[in-house]
Amino acid sequence: MDDLPTNTPPGAIAVRCVGVQKSFAAGETTVRVLRGTDFTARAGEMTFLVGPSGCGKTTLISIIGAILSADAGSVEVLGFDVRRARGGRLADFRLANLGFIFQQFNLLPALSAAENASLPLVAAGRSTRFGERAAAALLARLGLEQHLHKMPAQLSGGQQQRVAIARVLVHAPRLVICDEPTASLDAESGHTVMELLREVALAPDRAVIIVTHDTRIFEFADVIHHMSDGRIERIEGKSIAPSEAHA
Amino acid sequence: MLVVALRMLFGDATKCLGLVFGVALSTLLLCQQVSIFFGLLSRAASVIDDAPEADIWVMDPAVKTIEVPYPLRDTVLQRVRGVEGVAWAVPFFKASTQVRTRRGTLDNAIMIGVDDVSLVGVPDRFLLGTLDDLTLPDAIAINPAGFRLLFPGEELDVGRELELNDRRARIVAIVDASPAFSANLTIYTRYSLATRYTNNGRNTLSFVLAKAADPSTIAAVADRIAAEMGLKAVERATFRRETIGYILATTGIPASFGTVVLLGVLIGIAIVGLTFNQFVMENIRQYAALKAIGVRNGWLLAMTLTQAAFVATVGYGIGLAAAAGFFATAGQSDALRGFRLLPEVAVGVALLAGVIVLLATTVSLRRVFFVDPATVFRG
Repeated sequence: MDDLPTNTPPGAIAVRCVGVQKSFAAGETTVRVLRGTDFTARAGEMTFLVGPSGCGKTTLISIIGAILSADAGSVEVLGFDVRRARGGRLADFRLANLGFIFQQFNLLPALSAAENASLPLVAAGRSTRFGERAAAALLARLGLEQHLHKMPAQLSGGQQQRVAIARVLVHAPRLVICDEPTASLDAESGHTVMELLREVALAPDRAVIIVTHDTRIFEFADVIHHMSDGRIERIEGKSIAPSEAHA
Repeated sequence: MLVVALRMLFGDATKCLGLVFGVALSTLLLCQQVSIFFGLLSRAASVIDDAPEADIWVMDPAVKTIEVPYPLRDTVLQRVRGVEGVAWAVPFFKASTQVRTRRGTLDNAIMIGVDDVSLVGVPDRFLLGTLDDLTLPDAIAINPAGFRLLFPGEELDVGRELELNDRRARIVAIVDASPAFSANLTIYTRYSLATRYTNNGRNTLSFVLAKAADPSTIAAVADRIAAEMGLKAVERATFRRETIGYILATTGIPASFGTVVLLGVLIGIAIVGLTFNQFVMENIRQYAALKAIGVRNGWLLAMTLTQAAFVATVGYGIGLAAAAGFFATAGQSDALRGFRLLPEVAVGVALLAGVIVLLATTVSLRRVFFVDPATVFRG
């Protein structure tokens, strides 16, 4: 991993996608999901990606998250050209730099909250004790100090999502990718989760990308990319340069 | 991560138990059936095993097994004694006969007649009485299972009388003979008495047992007897092998046991494979999440193999213990006496259990390997 990026200056571009194309085979036809998509996310900002179902949001974040490969275009994440890497190298890149928050939490049901949150550290080779100590500190910061040893089934949806956030942040990734992080939560829990994300996940050298349909949380966005039919249709937000506003 | 793998397995107690049960059941089935199979084969050669003093067995050239002897002329004995290199040779009579039990039923018995003087061929394991007691008039020795067949519910005892072919026979000893293949009752007596207790006509000699003067020339002496007399003369181990080979070739035993063993393997693969596959399918999103986090396939392989190794080890241990328990208890009965869990079988079944679990996890492993981490982004 010695040639992987090690830092991202505040305000620097964390993710740059140019002309990304992706198609999927559906029976005998081919569905073009991304049609030359351009996308940018900066460090220190919470970037939202919104749009109707099927417009390509999930495909785009899967490509940015280095778990799906693009057919064409360039994808640079934290200065790393993910299109040139394969297999184990991509896995190492994800483990070291990326964090994912999923709509369905995807916690391991057999592990406690602290054990779930420690997984990225344990996967990276740190000891279980070290991992759980780090996870416990983070869970306490997220208000779950009373629930460290509870199993996911014993936690509410909001609490499970906070465990998922702790799992993402425990190894301090520089890019956090969230897929509908509030979709399974009520308004209050969703609001709490977003406040926590803003408070804990966002830092001057870290970027957060959020795919969502939930208009209740748009207020947390620094930048919103509106996507339609495989392309970024419109960008709005505080730090948008006039040239970027209409992609 | 390996601990995580085990925690995932323990977290689903029902499937974990199902997997362990599948391997344990296969192990029990395989250990029990294969051990009984080898026990049966060993029984086929028990009479040969119980006469270890004889180096060479001489018989009619057509004989393929000790179970089916063909009578030799009585003069053969003297001629064998005259062959160069033979230290001694004694007659050996073996025949099947029927004995009437106290309940009035007829039961099959093996009648063994040994040399009147040397008594070579009687196993040296006396529970009651002595070898010398067989020199008494009308004396016979029987095995404990035979005693219990003749006198159900009674303590082993000597001095009782039987009627064999309208002649009186007195039990003077109880000898712990190796369990036989074709009957529960084995009767040992002197050659001269054995021929009278059965109706075998003029030629009564089943085999001649011979000892080579020089232990290093056994094969050569056997060849010489065969060449000079036109008879079949083979070493003890060879005759043992031929007898077992005959059983394997002419009975349905190998096919029957082979079928059970195959079923044991298939049942094991089916139970373990289906349960493990279900376990993986139910956790596939978790595996996908681990991959998305950055866990490499190598780790996922190690995690799956750790789960498989745990299931194989614990399941095998339980199955082996159950098989050992079976032989320790049921093996005491006359029907199963002499059958035991062979170490070679335990080792072989351990390898087989490993193969069962590996085969059963291969399909699941494929799913884990090829699960698309992007699955986690799908609702």
